[in-house]
Amino acid sequence: MANISESKVCELEVKANEIRTTLIEMLTEAGSGHTAGPLGMADIFTAFYFHILNHNPKNPFWEKRDRLILSNGHITPIRYAAMAHAGYFPIKETKTLRKFGSRLQGHPERERLPGVETTSGPLGSGLGQAAGIAYGARMDKKTFRVYCLMSDGEQEAGNTWESAMFAGKNKLSNLTAVIDRNNIQINGMTEDVMPLEPLKDKYEAFNWHVLEVDGHNIEAFVDAVEEAKAIYEKPTVIIAHTIPGKGIKEIEFDYTWHGKPPKPEEAKRFLSELRTLGGKITCGDL
Amino acid sequence: MIQKDAKIVEHWFGLEKLESASTRDGFGKGVVEAGEKDERVVVLCADLAESTRALWFQEKFPERYIELGVAEQNLATVGAGLANYGKIPFITSYAAFSPGRNNEQIRTTISLNNLPVKICGMHAGVSVGPDGATHQQLEDIALMRVQPNMTVVYPSDVEEARKATIASVSINGPVYLRFARSNTPVFTTKNSPFEIGKAELVWKAKKPEATIVACGPLLYKALVAAKELSEEGIRVLVLNNHTIKPMDKEAVVRCAQQSDAVVTIEEHQIMGGMGSAVAEVLAQKYPVPIEFVGVNDSFGQSGEPDELVEHYGMGVPHIKDAVKRVIQRKGP
Repeated sequence: MANISESKVCELEVKANEIRTTLIEMLTEAGSGHTAGPLGMADIFTAFYFHILNHNPKNPFWEKRDRLILSNGHITPIRYAAMAHAGYFPIKETKTLRKFGSRLQGHPERERLPGVETTSGPLGSGLGQAAGIAYGARMDKKTFRVYCLMSDGEQEAGNTWESAMFAGKNKLSNLTAVIDRNNIQINGMTEDVMPLEPLKDKYEAFNWHVLEVDGHNIEAFVDAVEEAKAIYEKPTVIIAHTIPGKGIKEIEFDYTWHGKPPKPEEAKRFLSELRTLGGKITCGDL
Repeated sequence: MIQKDAKIVEHWFGLEKLESASTRDGFGKGVVEAGEKDERVVVLCADLAESTRALWFQEKFPERYIELGVAEQNLATVGAGLANYGKIPFITSYAAFSPGRNNEQIRTTISLNNLPVKICGMHAGVSVGPDGATHQQLEDIALMRVQPNMTVVYPSDVEEARKATIASVSINGPVYLRFARSNTPVFTTKNSPFEIGKAELVWKAKKPEATIVACGPLLYKALVAAKELSEEGIRVLVLNNHTIKPMDKEAVVRCAQQSDAVVTIEEHQIMGGMGSAVAEVLAQKYPVPIEFVGVNDSFGQSGEPDELVEHYGMGVPHIKDAVKRVIQRKGP
């Protein structure tokens, strides 16, 4: 499929790396927050803010914008970093993350930062809000799309399945959910804490169209998002398999990095790793 | 005597002359009127269409009625999403389940987002009757009034419930509306003043010795108590404090200054309810002795509405006793 050009993919991969760099810098400055999940979602957030979303960073309340609902609010630093790079606010403001008076709250708040569509943090509440927006939009024949990003851990929350049932019943085809399937949560691996598999079957049983992709393959992810637009009978969920901590070897696959930031000496190492990654991206024209 | 400005029904004293209806009927009528006036109004229901009266809206505006099934957490989050988009959702269930079960979803997705979702808690209080303690919500005022951005309104009869429902649309933020199941006297009229945030003086006496601050259908019992007390030579004011938050502090303080003693009445736990809110105001602005009439740290049980209200200490004799106690506490 040609939903995105090769050169655009390369551009986005470079952008994702820049966003990861901003992320490590802001988390280190903040001294608290989550590292693994945000790193793992850097490629997907880059794809959204720099290719998929119909949005206007200079007019975050534009009525026709696509809505990006972040349900697992704890990975908000990656959203902030992507928003800053997209032009919603100055990149230097990312250094105020989690500080007193900042618009960049530890968990995102709609009332504080324009462009954050919903307040989130307590898990399991994003899909219902996204479904509500999608339902209202369809009532008024609006054509914008609603995206809901969720963690895999919050698939354990009852509210998630109440909302999945509602969206399936109402065939909310203007809603696309994305599950960050990184297999980790605070207490360990999801399949040990509370098994989620077979996740695909569960969503299909709830009357969703289900796609599974490599969450670090931007082209495949964009293709999945495009396929979802073509499905009229059902909402679509994209189960995006990601590597927690993606981009920094020491953090990858290590669930202990769920809820802590890098220390300054670690950050130095990580940033240097990220900055040398440019050479590793196998793109002819770079 | 009855305040003329309150414009309550002429023959209010004596149940045989009064109509009787439940405040949930007021919601049912009010939300249809609100829907006629404003196309943004939608009603969300969690499998209780008939008993919440959401059915009346469904019959009139089927395309604006949204069925959620037995899923109160989703009732709140989908409501938040609809309001986020631009609708004015009324989310309806029994108060025991909403806000009883979905308190966190209301806190995060409605109050913290500051969205105009109208949370309609039906079947509040012990007067639910035979269903028993599980369905008799007695903690909802406490839950809702401590949430920032939330307005809390508890109408006293069917007519006031209708007005409150319609008025809630003009509040650009979350509102909790508390309704009851059982039929209670209809004593206010179309012409009775009602404004969210403004308490109304309903009964007035010269040189009052105490003020009864009431909300919900027990306001009627407060009026009966006031009349009977006046026959015993005891002079009181009765304030209809339907808006628990933001409270009409001026009215509450003014009444306290005039009477130097207060009795609060509500069909709710004494802890954390309207009386507690009144005490918070008076302790800071004009401390006076207060007696609280309500449920005293107990769950309800099955029974008939009236016998339960009496059993849990919220009948006319209890109100009169509380007034006499608070007057005694005033000292010389």
